[in-house]
Amino acid sequence: MGLAIQGGRLIDPANSVDGKKDIFVSDDGFVVAVGKKPDDFEISRTIDATGKVVCPGLVDLRARMREPGLEYKATIESEARAAVTAGITTLCCPPDTDPVIDTPAMAQMIQHRAWRFELAFIHPLGALTRGLKGELLTDMEALDEAGCVGFTNALQPIKDTLVMRRAMEYAASFDLTVFLHSEDPWLHGNGCVHEGEVGTRLGLPGIPEAAETVGVARDLALIEQTGVQAHFCQLSSSRAADMVAEARSRGLLVTADVTAHHLHLTEHDIGFFNTQCHVLPPLRSSRDREALRQALKSGVASAVCSDHQPHEPDAKLAPFSDSAPGISGLETLLPLTLKLVEEKVLSLSDAIASITCQPADILGIDTGHLGIDATADICIFDPESWWSLSEEKIVSRGLNTPFLGWEFCGRVTHTLVGGQVVFESENGSKT
Amino acid sequence: MSKPGRILSENLDIAQALSRMAEELRPLLARDPVMIGIHTGGVWVARRLHELLNVKEPLGTLDISFYRDDFTRIGIHPEVKASELPVNIDERHVILSDDVLHTGRTIRAALNEIFDYGRPASITLAVLVDRNGRELPIQADVIGHPVGLKKGEHIKLTSDAPDGLGRLTLEIQEVGG
Amino acid sequence: MTKDLQFDSHGLLHHFLTIEGLGRQTLLQILDTAESFVSVGEREIKKVPLLRGKTVVNLFFESSTRTRTTFEIAAKRLSADVINIDTTVSAAIKGESLLDTIRNLEAMHTDLFVVRHSKSGAAYLVAQHVPPHVRIINAGDGSHAHPTQAMLDMFTIRRYKGSFENLKVAIVGDILHSRVARSQTHALTTLGVPEVRVIAPRTLLPTAVERLGVHPYTDMRAGLEGVDVIIMLRLQRERMRGARIPSEQEFFNLYGLTADKLRLANKDAIVMHPGPMNRGLEIDSSVADGPQSVILPQVTNGIAVRMAVMAIIMGGKAKQEKSEQSSIRRRA
Repeated sequence: MGLAIQGGRLIDPANSVDGKKDIFVSDDGFVVAVGKKPDDFEISRTIDATGKVVCPGLVDLRARMREPGLEYKATIESEARAAVTAGITTLCCPPDTDPVIDTPAMAQMIQHRAWRFELAFIHPLGALTRGLKGELLTDMEALDEAGCVGFTNALQPIKDTLVMRRAMEYAASFDLTVFLHSEDPWLHGNGCVHEGEVGTRLGLPGIPEAAETVGVARDLALIEQTGVQAHFCQLSSSRAADMVAEARSRGLLVTADVTAHHLHLTEHDIGFFNTQCHVLPPLRSSRDREALRQALKSGVASAVCSDHQPHEPDAKLAPFSDSAPGISGLETLLPLTLKLVEEKVLSLSDAIASITCQPADILGIDTGHLGIDATADICIFDPESWWSLSEEKIVSRGLNTPFLGWEFCGRVTHTLVGGQVVFESENGSKT
Repeated sequence: MSKPGRILSENLDIAQALSRMAEELRPLLARDPVMIGIHTGGVWVARRLHELLNVKEPLGTLDISFYRDDFTRIGIHPEVKASELPVNIDERHVILSDDVLHTGRTIRAALNEIFDYGRPASITLAVLVDRNGRELPIQADVIGHPVGLKKGEHIKLTSDAPDGLGRLTLEIQEVGG
Repeated sequence: MTKDLQFDSHGLLHHFLTIEGLGRQTLLQILDTAESFVSVGEREIKKVPLLRGKTVVNLFFESSTRTRTTFEIAAKRLSADVINIDTTVSAAIKGESLLDTIRNLEAMHTDLFVVRHSKSGAAYLVAQHVPPHVRIINAGDGSHAHPTQAMLDMFTIRRYKGSFENLKVAIVGDILHSRVARSQTHALTTLGVPEVRVIAPRTLLPTAVERLGVHPYTDMRAGLEGVDVIIMLRLQRERMRGARIPSEQEFFNLYGLTADKLRLANKDAIVMHPGPMNRGLEIDSSVADGPQSVILPQVTNGIAVRMAVMAIIMGGKAKQEKSEQSSIRRRA
């Protein structure tokens, strides 16, 4: 007994599959066959995927649920629901909740909350230092046991280079991955936009490119020293991407991701103080955006993430520098990644890899692929369906996005988590 | 859109009208009057009367843009000119001159502005054309030509020189359609 | 965001938030209208009835007695009812947001807000969230813009220099944090000044400043060579703490305007300063009070320029069909 998804174009980059293939899912939620129906498989339900793309459920490397601590912005339930509507079946949440994820109890609590809703899987990242204060190390081994897939200080800087070195050394002792938001806090200062033409025109304090390159340079030196497995989060500048490329070519164990919005927007999108474009790290020049696209193409950056940060409306109704940074990005992750295919940056298969198996590899978790016996986390989307983003269509509690009114091609019709259909669009393939 | 205006002055002798007006105003000279014209056409008329009468005091000009009652509807005129009253008008006899007296609103605005400069002893209103369509209880003391016009018709004083020193013509135009 | 908030659907000036994006004709209209308002200030009764029955609120989130006073006088000379609200100490401390304050004041049927705020973009934010009939004038937002100050500087320059087409203008001092310098730059380039120079150490020059169409100089003597107008900016003493300049002494030696440095400019160059001045820090008293200084007339012109801006944005919407037709309507 089980579910058959028939007639679709199956794209499973981890297994180098791209072609018209049916897929068969057992009742207990695993892939039992791809292509030909096993003789003993009894179909209890069929999804007609004709004209659609069937791919692994999306893996988002960084999404904030706002729970616990900021439930007025969003909750695990609201955002997990938004995630599955957008084809995302696995989310990784940073530890900058309140309280901070620096104890095993917190890490377990978040996963339990997520399981209860039976929507997307949520994997926490543990704090690298207690309370993210950049002073004392957390119980990383215990946090790892409790389900943390990596360790990070999120956007809080570890100013003391010695603390950073010790944190990396300790993580390396247990083969744990550290996730770095590398930035020099002094050069960041009170900046809120890229230090460049737009910041100069608008009189907004800038964050120079050097804030990122100095941070990346320091962290690369420590990675080399400590041998830790490290991942650079949301590169924003051309120079930083070059530095990561150079380190990888020397054999350092480093990976990197970019956010979907940094691949599409530049400082110029801020226009006259559009606070929806207030993000950290800041949107930089068009040259930087081009370099980030190239980094994704060449594999220097292997994942695209949403860096989802839902906010209540008031958070953006303030003068630019006082407004809260961040974009509600879950629901534009797939559309913006598909836009890279449309703009001939990536092949469809590579685009899907950057939001499925590649981020799963970075996290070291067994998902993002659809081989035999894989958990049936599946996203089905109609690649020909045009739609435009409007507030009414957003499921997330956060309506803060600069992409309202954008036209997108490709729309999720079904999302399966563990073989269960958790999302099914009402109008299916209708445009 | 306005059609090209019908030229009226062919049957109206402006020079003759002006000299008739000057003669009517001449008795006022005994009181040492101040002559004031309203921008733009009124200044042209005032300048000629000033010359004909050989008024001693220099000519004053008013731009009533800041006093218009339709400001919130049509906004400020792009070419506002400064009002210039060269002498103190307190307790003086003022001859106020305009090209066309129509609704009376321009004169109302001019009177308000004059009183912001001081308190004249008297004001005599002299207009080249007095047409129908009054909306306020304002009448001219000295009139060059009375003209009856249909609704939608407007009369306008034009000059072949931008400073109004050239030949003056009265044109009737139809506004709207 | 591509739509320029400053204009209404007829393309007429609706808010006055920044000089950026305004055309030469609009700037000249402001200057010409201001000229005619100068005479109003010289009369016995310094009032015209243009804004009779309108309510103007001066909403200052950052205190500035002088700027507020000139706006207040300007509004009163236009016969508006004026309310001054200084929220630096009241609402802001109570945690009321900028928009909450605006919404409360809107309930009092305000027609025009004059807004000053310490954060760049505050006036834009307010303009985005008021009902369509409410107008906003930016009286300074953070380091972004101070458009009425720039227009009064343009007014002063035109009065002394006649036109803009052949001028070399130097702006000296803390360009980085100066909203005045940004607005002046846009105004000068829009009005056709062929050469605008900015003079400061690199620590006080914004990145990519040349993209604003100006020529940066770090050597004041070279920068003053042959200029017709020198605009000195106020150096905020608190900038000293940010380690942007080593000492007041060194700053004055290198970037203070002295009689000696003034001689490098053209003989008939004028010296301007938006005030308040730090004598002995950015300008020597002998220059500030000297024959080339036009600092005091700047203050007087401020009222006429602000009257002009208020009158233009508060005016009605039929004026774009100008040419002959408007002169007919004027007489009607």
